[in-house]
Amino acid sequence: MEIEIKVISRDALERVFSLWLAAGKRILAPKKTGELVDFAWVTQLSEVCLDQVQTVQSPKLAIFPKVEELFSYQTAFDQVTIQDRPLEALEEIVVFGLRPCDAAAFASLAAIFTWDSPDQLFSARFEKMTLVGVSCARADEYCFCTSVGGGPGATTGSDILLTDIGSGEYLAEIISEKGRQTVQAAAGKFQPAAGKEKESHLAKVVPSFALAKITPALAALFDDDAFWAEQSRRCLGCGACAYVCPTCACFDIQDEGAGDSGKRLRCWDSCGFSMFTLHTSGHNPRPLQSQRWRQRLMHKFAYMPERQKVLGCVGCGRCSRACPVDMNVLEHLRAIAEAKI
Amino acid sequence: MSEANIFKPYLLKIEQVIDETPDVKTMRLVFTDEQEGKDFTFRTGQFGEYSVFGEGECTFCIASPPTRSGYIECTFRKVGRVTSALANLEPGEIIGFRGPYGNIFPISDWEGKNLLFIAGGIALPPMRSVIWNVLDLRDRYGGITIIYGARTVADLVYKRELDEWAERADVKLITTVDPGGETPDWKGKSGFVPAVLDKAAPSSRDTVAVVCGPPVMIKFTFPVLAKLGFGPESIFTTLENRMKCGVGKCGRCNVGKYFVCKDGPVFTFAQLQEMPPEY
Amino acid sequence: MEALKNKAREWLDSRMVQLVIGYSQGSGDSVRAVFVHDPGQVETLLFDSRCRQNLAVYLLKPEVKKMGKAALVANLTTLRAVLQLAAENQIGEHDVLTLTVNPAGELLVLSTLEAIETYVAISAPDLSVEEKAELEKYEKLGMEERWQFWQEQFSRCLKCYACRAACPLCYCSRCTVECNQPQWIPVPAHDLGNLEWNVMRAMHLAGRCVNCGDCSRACPVNIPLYLLNQKLISDVFRNFNARSGMAAKAENTLSTFKPNDKEDFIR
Repeated sequence: MEIEIKVISRDALERVFSLWLAAGKRILAPKKTGELVDFAWVTQLSEVCLDQVQTVQSPKLAIFPKVEELFSYQTAFDQVTIQDRPLEALEEIVVFGLRPCDAAAFASLAAIFTWDSPDQLFSARFEKMTLVGVSCARADEYCFCTSVGGGPGATTGSDILLTDIGSGEYLAEIISEKGRQTVQAAAGKFQPAAGKEKESHLAKVVPSFALAKITPALAALFDDDAFWAEQSRRCLGCGACAYVCPTCACFDIQDEGAGDSGKRLRCWDSCGFSMFTLHTSGHNPRPLQSQRWRQRLMHKFAYMPERQKVLGCVGCGRCSRACPVDMNVLEHLRAIAEAKI
Repeated sequence: MSEANIFKPYLLKIEQVIDETPDVKTMRLVFTDEQEGKDFTFRTGQFGEYSVFGEGECTFCIASPPTRSGYIECTFRKVGRVTSALANLEPGEIIGFRGPYGNIFPISDWEGKNLLFIAGGIALPPMRSVIWNVLDLRDRYGGITIIYGARTVADLVYKRELDEWAERADVKLITTVDPGGETPDWKGKSGFVPAVLDKAAPSSRDTVAVVCGPPVMIKFTFPVLAKLGFGPESIFTTLENRMKCGVGKCGRCNVGKYFVCKDGPVFTFAQLQEMPPEY
Repeated sequence: MEALKNKAREWLDSRMVQLVIGYSQGSGDSVRAVFVHDPGQVETLLFDSRCRQNLAVYLLKPEVKKMGKAALVANLTTLRAVLQLAAENQIGEHDVLTLTVNPAGELLVLSTLEAIETYVAISAPDLSVEEKAELEKYEKLGMEERWQFWQEQFSRCLKCYACRAACPLCYCSRCTVECNQPQWIPVPAHDLGNLEWNVMRAMHLAGRCVNCGDCSRACPVNIPLYLLNQKLISDVFRNFNARSGMAAKAENTLSTFKPNDKEDFIR
């Protein structure tokens, strides 16, 4: 589908917010609370904060929440009844203000959740979600979208991509059918864009490494225990990187019941935790943090591309910003790309 | 199937519980919904996620063969939260079951060949399904040899079936216990499984080997099989890895580019050799 | 920081230690932990006001322990953590070789637990003026207000356990949350699970926390964990006249009964 280019003023965009709310949609956007900028429910454009390079958490929480119910149940001695999640109860959501890297991340999530046995919760949520991205005027030293096939103005994954072109105006690229429907429903707010361009309003993000070098380097370095030990020595094995990452999707399943009723829940998990692969027998296939760090990089840059044909990283840099010990994944990727193999 | 909640389990009723050893039980399970039971099919090698509502889910193979209909069976050792809860259940109670998941023993490829089954301890259950499957189709296969060992006589599972297999003229069964694990009336061998295999020295010609056991047993069995002339493509095993979702999503069983729940649990030794040793 | 580098080089060259755990330049203007095992790497060592991470967290990691005897570049709260770990029998006299820089900028070698005790005692570790002011403001809140405050703060918690991972005193090889028979603390990051986790961790640290602040700095969603810990530090001092991380031999405050313990909570 060809991308249509339109323009919308901030005032008109504010009114589009009202139209969304009137249509029963909820709006999830970056919001500043104290020092923290993170995705939260908003009702007005004025609540949205776009000053930051990135939010702390990714918008994956809209489609893969930190905890969600898979079903509920009641038990008796010889009887069990299960209540399925009513998918109709899921809300229509507009995710507004996500960056191009975040929008691209949905393809990686979809690769995991819809391959083979499709996850209906994921698909149902995805269908009810509209992604209105905002391109990046600034980047910082943790960003590396251009090294992994993305860019500060990349349109992949967004339904509409807005670029702030100054004078209270946004350039609006209408990318998907859902984007087109959104524009139609906002009758007249989006105007024709004559002679407007976005390139000069985008951040410059110079590629930091050659992606083509990473996968062969990873394969060659796999058995180099000293290399991985050196890289991962300060890693504390917490789950911060996995939880803020827009493409990480590992999860746990937990039953929570009291007496004769309860729920089966899905919640976030991380391959970085020491017990992630622990067998009940006590055997652990990845007993060292260095092996778990290696798994993180291998899974994102080697296994997923080979198996699901999609990279497991969009270069948003959140993991590096959130890491309590400054692991800086970009630095490690550079070292891998430049390693003598 | 794409519309169904892939995490919603079937409801199975416990029909029978058999104590195999002090900490191992076998359960025979029937579908509470008759139509679901009729529609349910699986193939040997596949596993499921069995759950006790309120405690959680657990991964076991389907220990019964697909040639027997109307029920499925699982065998488990009481080691953790879910297995302890399962061990407390009685016939008539309901558990959850998701499956069948995973790949299969390619038994149709094996037709006309000799089969060598080697198992240790609690690893006989995954093999029991395929052993009964081929025994139920006996004339399609050549010689069948089963070598099974456990730490002590008390740890041998499926004792009744071991007796049945021992009685059969068309099966060669060798049972063994670790040195020191014998009882006064023990008539089988004494020695570790790899050593017993070495002594028995079955021919590798036109033979497929299936090995299931704890990592240490597998580690010492593979070299013996290689010595006997088995190539890596003709040795099969099932991998046990920590699994949760069973459908390739939660990430736990990811080994290299493989997911044990989707590409396994049945793997050839050739495939294992190309995997990172993270299982 | 030449004195620091020289000392590290001297110890590595003489094989007195196989490893120096210290700080080096990190991303941007930050610093990060560094594990110097080669004399050629000592140039990367530095020490300044940015060096706040409590490096004692690495002392008990198997991957670090197997590298051999380690020297630790320590700030004040790291030194207190070392004492507290000694008091809890996690490290012994032979594990201790610390380097610190006093407020005058002088490099000090504290090679025994006693030396650390002496240094810590004269450094009068207490809550800072700003910390006291913030705590006072917090203590003015009524119980209901405090409950609402923490409900709101913990609702953001992701159960990433960065707080636990960063804390040198959270060294349990199997944390309470990792027990599932029974599941004392729910795993998922719902409001109840978050509340139980954070409150339980604060209680497990009561009387032990050395106020290094790493948990709060580690939290990706800015939960003010320090407020809870400092409140408990203040309460422990007020009720039991005890302060953690001051002595290599000390009883665990909350599990030691003394006949003159105040019992005014019994009504």
